[in-house]
Amino acid sequence: MDKENISCSFENGHLTLFIKGEIDHHSAKGCREAADKAIFYYRPKKCVIDLSGVDFMDSSGLGLILGRYSCINETGGELEIVGASERTERILKLAGVQKLISINKKDGVY
Amino acid sequence: MKSEIINSVKLSFDATSENEAFARQVVSSFASQLDPTLEEISDLRVIISEAVTNCVVHAYKMKKGKIHMDVRLTSDRRLKVRIADKGCGIEDIELCMQPLYTTDKSGERGGMGFAIMQAFSEKFKVRSKPGEGTVISFEMKIGKA
Repeated sequence: MDKENISCSFENGHLTLFIKGEIDHHSAKGCREAADKAIFYYRPKKCVIDLSGVDFMDSSGLGLILGRYSCINETGGELEIVGASERTERILKLAGVQKLISINKKDGVY
Repeated sequence: MKSEIINSVKLSFDATSENEAFARQVVSSFASQLDPTLEEISDLRVIISEAVTNCVVHAYKMKKGKIHMDVRLTSDRRLKVRIADKGCGIEDIELCMQPLYTTDKSGERGGMGFAIMQAFSEKFKVRSKPGEGTVISFEMKIGKA
């Protein structure tokens, strides 16, 4: 994923990272760099990772999310995941991500 | 009735991160002749991606090397895949198979590669010799018809 595959918006202390395309080891790097730049620039109270545009994700995506969880913890914010497909959510839950980060539907809570 | 191999493909390619997407594309295209469901293709793509990424990141540690892939389709609608590298090998397979175990210190790897491959496939096996390389193999039933 190149940097264009992630877009960021910041409003009322909330940072949204919208990720699209395929997240694998090759593509996660550009995404990680762009996400960290935004997180450390805005230092948001809340950061939402929107996965509704993701077509494919393997454990590199998991690493990407867990890495951002550490960054957000460092800046004192809270992280939420929204819009994960059933397949993506299966991978997140296999790793127990839901115990650390709330996973919600895009427009409402499960 | 004994199953027969009805089609097969062998492929060797460089262990580069660019080839992670290539490998999952090739195998999913090859498997499509058995008319898989979207879920089966999705699981297959994840397993291939995990296996190839392991070769790139862990076996060859981002250095030059070759990945050898052997994919077979059988008459009983099974896909049999073998992915081999001649990288550093694994000292302790049991430890590496544990969910969340990773040798990566950056905090950017989930340590879930083997656990995901195991959960998404059947007859998942890992054979490895330190200094010689690793072979992973798995099977999947394709198409429930």
